[in-house]
Amino acid sequence: MVSPVFRRVSERAQLLLGIADDELILGWRDSEWTGIAPFLEEDVAFSSIAQNEIGHARALYELAARDLDTTADDLAFDREPDEYRCARLVELRLPSWEHTIARHVLYEQADAARLERLKASGDAEVAGLAAKIDREEVYHRLHAEMWFERLKDEPRFTAALDELRPLAEAVLDPSLRDGHTPELAELWDEMTSVRRSQPTGTTW
Amino acid sequence: MVTAEQVWEALADVPDPEIPVISVVDLGVVRDVRVEEERVHVEFTPTFLGCPALEVMRAQMAERIAELGAEPEIEVVLDDSWSTDRITPAGREKLRASGFAPPAPRGLGAPQLVQLQSKSFACPYCGSTDTRLENIFGPTPCRSLRYCNKCRQPFEQFKTI
Repeated sequence: MVSPVFRRVSERAQLLLGIADDELILGWRDSEWTGIAPFLEEDVAFSSIAQNEIGHARALYELAARDLDTTADDLAFDREPDEYRCARLVELRLPSWEHTIARHVLYEQADAARLERLKASGDAEVAGLAAKIDREEVYHRLHAEMWFERLKDEPRFTAALDELRPLAEAVLDPSLRDGHTPELAELWDEMTSVRRSQPTGTTW
Repeated sequence: MVTAEQVWEALADVPDPEIPVISVVDLGVVRDVRVEEERVHVEFTPTFLGCPALEVMRAQMAERIAELGAEPEIEVVLDDSWSTDRITPAGREKLRASGFAPPAPRGLGAPQLVQLQSKSFACPYCGSTDTRLENIFGPTPCRSLRYCNKCRQPFEQFKTI
């Protein structure tokens, strides 16, 4: 099921896969608030953010898939958990609101710096897609900023920020991504269950 | 043989499935139409990357071109060529008339929180700018929710991107 193609990926595909995996996994985690957020507006907000992140993941996988002669769906769902390149920060199941907002603030900050770097890339396709993604991410940052302002003096929130901050560095620096949390394998199991249960010959 | 004008005309009938008052041409997402013999090549950009309307629009465009007797080739371009400033003046008016406040012009840069929280967005029903931000996010990725203090009506505001 895992094609050997994933093991000899180009530098560009590696870069794209790392970011795409972050966005896909974070999108799944954000979607876990659908229906159970502290209030309705945040159900809507996190569902919408999740939809955007998974949309970004799809576009990034599509670009990588062309380089690797495969498809975005294969990249998203047909790899083994240990082949994902995401940062640990996005993998965590965070059922507390203060941790979710802390991750949101830290991730958006790091992602903004990453997108700035990509927009300046000499690779026109990567720079163009990063600029398009950034137009949407602006609203994620505004949402994170709004919540940061609201919670910045709450001890539970600042403790969550301190706890998660060390994990945010790996979002910007892929060389710090060394292995995964057990939560990733659990999420993978859930995330790929429909696809793995398909009868042979199913097309999507 | 079909002409590019006929293709543009046909595409002007393809609605955005999530906001059917506006067409793909009004939205400004059709970047290019090229006719090569029997083949019609259309380049188009998604509005928001996670928008599920993308696949529907793509299929409907292909269908309309096939009805003209040509072979459609729809290419999705993932570059940065689309912003809400591309929505045509006619498209903006159609949005407003059906209760969606059209996007503010992008101006000098990306939107800021203080701007969204200011009273500079007009209610599509009564025109008052005494409106407040209810939620940066809304029922689809492209919309925010606002509330008009004057006519006491919630409304959807197209995001500026």
